[in-house]
This record gives sequence, C-alpha cells and structure tokens, in this order.
Amino acid sequence: MDNFFIRYRNETFLVAILFLQVIGLATQVRVPTNAMAGADPRGTRLIRVWAVGLVVPFQKLFVYSGSGLRNVFSNYIDLRNVRQQNQELQNQLNQMRLEQARLRQDVEQARRLQELLQFKEQFIAKTLAAQVIGTSGTDLSRVIYIDRGAKDGVATGMAVITPDGVVGKVSRADSRTSQVLLISDPSSGAGVLLERQRLNGVLKGTASGIPEIQNVMSDEKIQVGDSVITTGGDRVFPKGLKVGTVASVSPDFERDPFLSIKIKPAADLRRLEEVLVITELGERGPSLSEEGRPVSASEMLAQRLPSAKKKVDEDKKAPLKPGTTTPVGVTPPLAKPAPPKPKVVPNPETTPPQEGTPR
Amino acid sequence: MARVSLSRDGIEVHRFNLLASIAIPIFAVFLQASIPLRFPSFSIFDLPLLVTIFFAVARRNQIVGTLTGCIIGLFQDSLTHQPLGLFGIAKTVIGYAASSIGVRIDVENPGSRLIMTFAFYLVHQGIYHLIARNLARMPVAWHWGQELGAAFANAFLAVILFTLLDRFKQRGR
Repeated sequence: MDNFFIRYRNETFLVAILFLQVIGLATQVRVPTNAMAGADPRGTRLIRVWAVGLVVPFQKLFVYSGSGLRNVFSNYIDLRNVRQQNQELQNQLNQMRLEQARLRQDVEQARRLQELLQFKEQFIAKTLAAQVIGTSGTDLSRVIYIDRGAKDGVATGMAVITPDGVVGKVSRADSRTSQVLLISDPSSGAGVLLERQRLNGVLKGTASGIPEIQNVMSDEKIQVGDSVITTGGDRVFPKGLKVGTVASVSPDFERDPFLSIKIKPAADLRRLEEVLVITELGERGPSLSEEGRPVSASEMLAQRLPSAKKKVDEDKKAPLKPGTTTPVGVTPPLAKPAPPKPKVVPNPETTPPQEGTPR
Repeated sequence: MARVSLSRDGIEVHRFNLLASIAIPIFAVFLQASIPLRFPSFSIFDLPLLVTIFFAVARRNQIVGTLTGCIIGLFQDSLTHQPLGLFGIAKTVIGYAASSIGVRIDVENPGSRLIMTFAFYLVHQGIYHLIARNLARMPVAWHWGQELGAAFANAFLAVILFTLLDRFKQRGR
C-alpha cells in the first residue's frame, strides 16, 4: 500500500487536491430558492476578502492614474467646437421646455389619480457616487468592483444605476469596496415593465450576457425597440428606472407558451466608469402641492445622476457647494426660463436629500 | 530569477525565486480583472491560465504544478461571485497536465507552445463548463466558435507572454 502511494504520489496528490476542492465547492453550492437571489446573506468567505484586498490597491492605482491622463486629453478635446455645441444644446433645451410644459399637465393629472387611489411610490432618498475599479476578469461571472464599501454606507442588495439606466445590485460589500452583480449575469434578476404594453415580467441575465424578460405570454404584441423600465416590485430597484429596449422577440422553446424577449441594456454594462449606489429608498404617497410634491425615482434620477465630464463642465459654469443639489421639488417657471443650472455637483460622498425632497 | 537542473529524461528543469513565483500570478490576475474595464474584449484571454501553464511546464514537477494551478485558480475564483473551486479545479488539472507534459516533452519552442496552450485552453474551458453545469448547477453556454477563437487568441498571446516570462528563468545549477 505504501509502495502504491509512493509510486503514484503525483497522481494521489492531484486526486487529493481535486477532492478537497470538490468538497469545498459542494459545501458552497446552494440550490436557489428565489429567482431574485444574487447576494450571499451568510457573509463573505475570508479568502474572497484576502483576494480582493490584494488586487484592489493595484486596480485603484491603475484606474485613478488612467483617469488623470484621460482627463488631460479630454479637457483639451472638449474645448474644441464648444460654441457650436452650446448653440445646439440651447436649441435642444428650448424644445425640451416645450415638451416639459406638456408633460407637466399629464403628470399632474396622473398625481391626482394616484392620490385618489391611495397610491404609494418609491423614490430615491439618498445616493452615493462610486468609481468602477475592476471586474471579475471573465465573462463567466459578470460582476464589477466599485471603490465604495460598507464604511461608505453601501450594503448588500442596494441598487446600482448610471445616468443611462440600471446596472445591477450590490452582491457583497467589503469595508472599502463592493462587488456589484450586473443585470446581465445569469444569477441576476429584476422586476420590469414593458412600458408601451404595461406588461410585467422578470428580467433575467443569461450565459451569453444578454438579459431577457421571462414570463410574457406568446400572444402579446411586443416590438423591437419597446422601452423597458423597472416596476419597483422587487424592492431593489425603484419604480420607473430605465432598463433598456427590446432587442429581439422570439418564441421560448424551453417554456412553450412564453416569449423569449432579449433586452439591450440602456447602460453600457461593458464600459462602466462611474455608477450611483442607491443607499436609501423612501416610500410616500403623492401630494398635489408643487413645492413639497414627492419626487419619483425616475425624476430624482434624472436630476441627480452625475456624469464626470458633464460635472466638470457644469462646475465651471456655476459652481455649487459640494454635497448640494438643486431643490428637486422646485420647477423653474416656464415664462422666464432660468439659465441651465448644474443638477449634480461632483461629490463622492453621499448626496443628502434636499429641501422639497421627501425622506 | 530561476535555477535550472536536469530531469531524469535530460530535460531542463527551471526554478524561480519566491518573488517572481508570487508576483507574476498576482499581476496576471490583476491585469485580468482591470484591463476589461477599458477593453471589454480582453476578457477572452485568460492570463492566470497562461501563467499556470508557463510555471507548470517550466518547473516540470507535477506536485508543484498541481499546487500552482490550484492556488491561482482559487485566487481567480475569489474575484467572481461564483462558488470557490470552479477555476480552482480546472486550473489544478491543467497545472498537473502541463507539468506532466513538461516532464516528457521539450516545450520551449513557439510552435509547441502554441499547440499546447490551444489544447490546454479548450480542456480548461471544458472542465469549467462540466463542473459549473453539473456540480454548481449554473446556466453556462458552450459555443464552439467562440471557444475555438478564444483558444487561438490565448495560444498566440502565450507565445509572446512565455517569451517575456522566460527572462525570469535563470540558467545554472
């Protein structure tokens, strides 16, 4: 017997190492009980903390130094054609103001109806800007790492968004970094609504990285390009956030009466630089008063989401104190349009709710 | 810095100093996790796998090759949200296999390195998918075209990378 182990010691060692890993793997694998599951409620394994701690300092150095260099070039390039761009943006702004006047009437009418129905909606009460510093390095696990962690107020399960749309949710929060599970990962899920048809569904990531909506019957008229937003029903993403658009519709042969609806995410999940973590959600019924009216998640998002490049430009025009935003409940009068103000000031810290913003 | 001696079959056996043995795999994992931020297509490469193959082949010791693959794989697993051991098991097998081949065949020239890495990449992906699907019950998809393309890309990168890493080998007893 001794001779056997000595003679085949390499093979024995290989089998032993594989056996240990298989046992270790088996103890970690849990059969999913919830389609929305993505986070590990039982904490983080020490080896993951060590590995992240080892890599993150280099990643931060890499990202921050890269950002500095890029900003030098982009600042120069941005200055070119600024006058023409400014004129174009001014024209766009005028058109948007006309559009806004029309939409305000619709919104006010909707609010009256909501109040009649005792309708409660979620809104974003507090957000935290974060820099994306790394990925898992493989398409087999679609996660990113951000430079904000538990000490900054990030917790497992919080929603992560960009100005363009939903990104994912925090799957693990270490002290100074967090892991974010993207909506394109197969273990990810979110409650969504096909906006035109008002159809609810569940958005699931796939192995190919293209999320799809499940549980929509095949007799529904879904078209390519239809907009998809969050329903708020999953208690992770507030209602009304843009998720993406329908990229393709086909029968789901594995689940026969249902459709396979592929979604093109609104946020470019492969090129994320900055994200917002929604650290606090509120819930309140609508009020008809203009000053103190509640602001829905989508409205708040539209006003608060930062874009690094825009922020720099806006700061130059009208700097505000760090940590402040314009009052979201106050809308400038249409007759006397106010000059464009920065909606968000670049501030890595938590942006507190402002006056007129319901807590 | 590495030392070289001869195996029983007369093939050179290289050794690396501790710093290179630790820093190179960490650097490989760091690059693997960082570069896709700017160049998403880079994720078709598997630098930790290439480093595993390089060390295993150069050392030509099956136990050390197995351990190298195991540690690098688990390290890579730690950066994902998946159960620990998926990359660990796949790279353990590759570490063992690469060092076994290194004991028998001289794989120092670019041609053999290209073929060897191409084959090992496919085996690695096959093991990963097998474990992920059957043991971890994860929804994974195998696309031959994609996997073959990635295997070619990794094989070409390996030829360049191994030439660079050869500098860390030191000749002498």
